[in-house]
Amino acid sequence: MGWGDPNVTGVLPVTLEESRKIVQALLLSGKEYVCLMKLHGDISEARVKDVLKEFEDTIYQRPPLRASVKRQLRTRRIYYIDFLEMDGRNVLFKVGCEGGTYIRKLCFDIGEVLGCGAHMQELRRTRAGPFIEEDAIVTLHDVAYWFMEWQKSGDAAILKKIIQPMEKALALVPKIYIRDSAVDAVCHGANLTAPGVLSLETGISDGSVVAIFTLKGEAVALAVAEATTEEILNMEHGVVAKVKRVLMPRGTYPKCWKSGEI
Amino acid sequence: MPRSSPPWEVKRELVVKAEGETDPKYGCKPEERPAKEYIRFGVINLDKPAGPTSHEVAAWVKRILGVHNVGHGGTLEA
Repeated sequence: MGWGDPNVTGVLPVTLEESRKIVQALLLSGKEYVCLMKLHGDISEARVKDVLKEFEDTIYQRPPLRASVKRQLRTRRIYYIDFLEMDGRNVLFKVGCEGGTYIRKLCFDIGEVLGCGAHMQELRRTRAGPFIEEDAIVTLHDVAYWFMEWQKSGDAAILKKIIQPMEKALALVPKIYIRDSAVDAVCHGANLTAPGVLSLETGISDGSVVAIFTLKGEAVALAVAEATTEEILNMEHGVVAKVKRVLMPRGTYPKCWKSGEI
Repeated sequence: MPRSSPPWEVKRELVVKAEGETDPKYGCKPEERPAKEYIRFGVINLDKPAGPTSHEVAAWVKRILGVHNVGHGGTLEA
């Protein structure tokens, strides 16, 4: 990490203290960028549009020399590439992709297919998972200013201008809502079993990353589902999801399970 | 290949397995956390400026808020 291009701007979710535990969920989440690409030759607009469409697919990428991950070939899904405009050799497009897609590499590869070569000129991230440019994005100046205002007044509404609950970061992760009586066991790392489940979202499959929530809407843990939504609805006992990352401190809810002592 | 829908366009519905209630004595709605807790369990949707790296930006947030630990959701490294 840290090799990042300083000239890239846009959505960067910053996690504070306890909420750092959800970083993994954010890394895996989809991203959207607006990219300015510079072509190294003169190409018709129609041809550029055609080639951009060809990249709306599962693509192969080897991470660049200066990257934060192992340099092995991997696949990434490009959900869409929308051509925005073109001026001479400058091409502006919007791309929605899986987390971990290298846009600099994508530009290089588009240039290869066009035959003239191309490079990434400027990049702005417009989405990271549930966080988007249009919704409550703040600059460093906003953070410094409003934090000082909050310290002066103590008004919680001011704090909410700059900070959002970590639950917001899990907005796109399918959720399972559980009983109060099951919460503390999960906080101690126990797997979630069927009797603790109150409600859940559709679209969960065996192996999906899920978020376990209380009825108050607090995140308890990140887990991996062991069954589909339909199966979980009909289960009377057994493990529903294996807990991977506990988010709520132990003892927030009362302990409701029997300890081993006789 | 047809345009596949990104994760943020997936629509989910809530289905109920059992009825239950939650005791107001324990826990607290995320929006109602006391200020200190609200910060500890908080995320900032930051607009990263051009110039500093993602790490430097996160370090500035750490200093401004006086918190012990910050992280960020993926280096903007393109």
